[in-house]
Amino acid sequence: MISFRGVSKSWGDNHVLRSLDFEVAPGEKVCIIGPSGSGKTTILRILMTLETPDEGLVVVNGGTLWDVKKGGHAKETKEMKATRRNVGMVFQSFNLFPHMTALENVMEAPVKVLKLDKQEAHQRAVELLGMVGLSDHLNHKPGRLSGGQQQRVAIARAMAMRPTVMLFDEPTSALDPELIGEVLEVIRELATGTDMTMLMVTHEMRFAEEISDRVVMFDKGVVVEKGPPAQIFKSPEHERTRKFLRAVLDY
Amino acid sequence: MMGSTLAAAGGQTWDSAFAKSLIPTMLEGLWTTIQITLAGMAIALVVGLVVAIIRRSKIPVISQLFGFYVQFVRGTPLLIQAYFAYILLPDYGLTLSPLVTGIIVLGINYSAYTAEVYRAGVEDVPVGQWEAATALSLPIQRTWGRIVLPQALRSVTPVLGNYLIQMFKDSAVLFAISVYELMGHVDTIGSDTYRYLEPVTIAAALYLIVSLISSQFVRLLERRLVLSR
Repeated sequence: MISFRGVSKSWGDNHVLRSLDFEVAPGEKVCIIGPSGSGKTTILRILMTLETPDEGLVVVNGGTLWDVKKGGHAKETKEMKATRRNVGMVFQSFNLFPHMTALENVMEAPVKVLKLDKQEAHQRAVELLGMVGLSDHLNHKPGRLSGGQQQRVAIARAMAMRPTVMLFDEPTSALDPELIGEVLEVIRELATGTDMTMLMVTHEMRFAEEISDRVVMFDKGVVVEKGPPAQIFKSPEHERTRKFLRAVLDY
Repeated sequence: MMGSTLAAAGGQTWDSAFAKSLIPTMLEGLWTTIQITLAGMAIALVVGLVVAIIRRSKIPVISQLFGFYVQFVRGTPLLIQAYFAYILLPDYGLTLSPLVTGIIVLGINYSAYTAEVYRAGVEDVPVGQWEAATALSLPIQRTWGRIVLPQALRSVTPVLGNYLIQMFKDSAVLFAISVYELMGHVDTIGSDTYRYLEPVTIAAALYLIVSLISSQFVRLLERRLVLSR
């Protein structure tokens, strides 16, 4: 379970999160939608500890990730580091390690962080890469893979840490249109076939509607509205949501 | 033609037999110069890396201190640093041979430059690489050792190679603290025989030959690194 309590973040005058209260139940698949620059990605980045909140409490699976009092300083604590291990992230720009093969990318953290022995890590990496349909590319470096293939390696790499919470930050935004489907297919399988908590920022509205238990509309640092996908997409309550959906769905 | 100009200036004419007789001694000096360069570069590579990592780690006070170190070393001439170490260190009970002193001074001097080279290489590594490492909970040592440095070093290796060549030539300064490298031999031969034309010319030729060959190697290395990217 993920919980945000009074979380704020700003860069100068730009308030990307305004005292955000937000919860995700265990196993829930939540999509966050909203205009660019509205702070959606910041939610994920705070959960991955890539960004520090100015204020607020963030708890994942009972472990405190951030606890920052007003005017205080966010600190990296032991508890934060332990809690972070529950969380995995897939980035918009893949961020694979370019000097390592697909297999090495996936094996790196299990060997060094989870301390699996090499053989076991290797076997799991092969399985995971098979699951994302890349059995033929185990020994290829990212430079030789298409964007879609790279993103699938990135998903396998994140999965190798056995996270209970998986974050997807616009996982298909950097892809050529014809490669989007193969990545969404892998995410769809994770959404239906695992009990991982999934939190995804996306502009793929139809996909969000299809896989999520709940959709959150986010704008200007606050949650505008949230609810089951059918409700948000078919009968949104707020004018801002309607406007946004009209803009992205009917271009 | 160059010979005759020099002859006019110094009142000396080229003596081939004398020049030939100098070659074994000069090659010995060259060998010392090469050893000094390799040892000095080893120091510069290690110390520079440590300095670059500490500066990047943004440890309060310490990182600034090392920033000052880089400014200080780069802002003073190598010759003065050499004199300083040679004359002052024994006063503090540190008596080292001129050779060792020279190697350390050269290594420290160049560490300030290599630190900046490493820094540029590290800054070239996309921030997404650090973020991916954080997302995988990789320990910081591992992030440096396996993720960031391999990518940073690849892009700066040719630059470091060029510094190696520059250091090879700069090591000539160390004759001022009586290190018997190539230039030191020139000086000795000159004051013993009052003939400078031949030793200086031979030394210049040796520096040139080694530099030219080395820069070809660096160029080759550069091309291979680009190709294997």
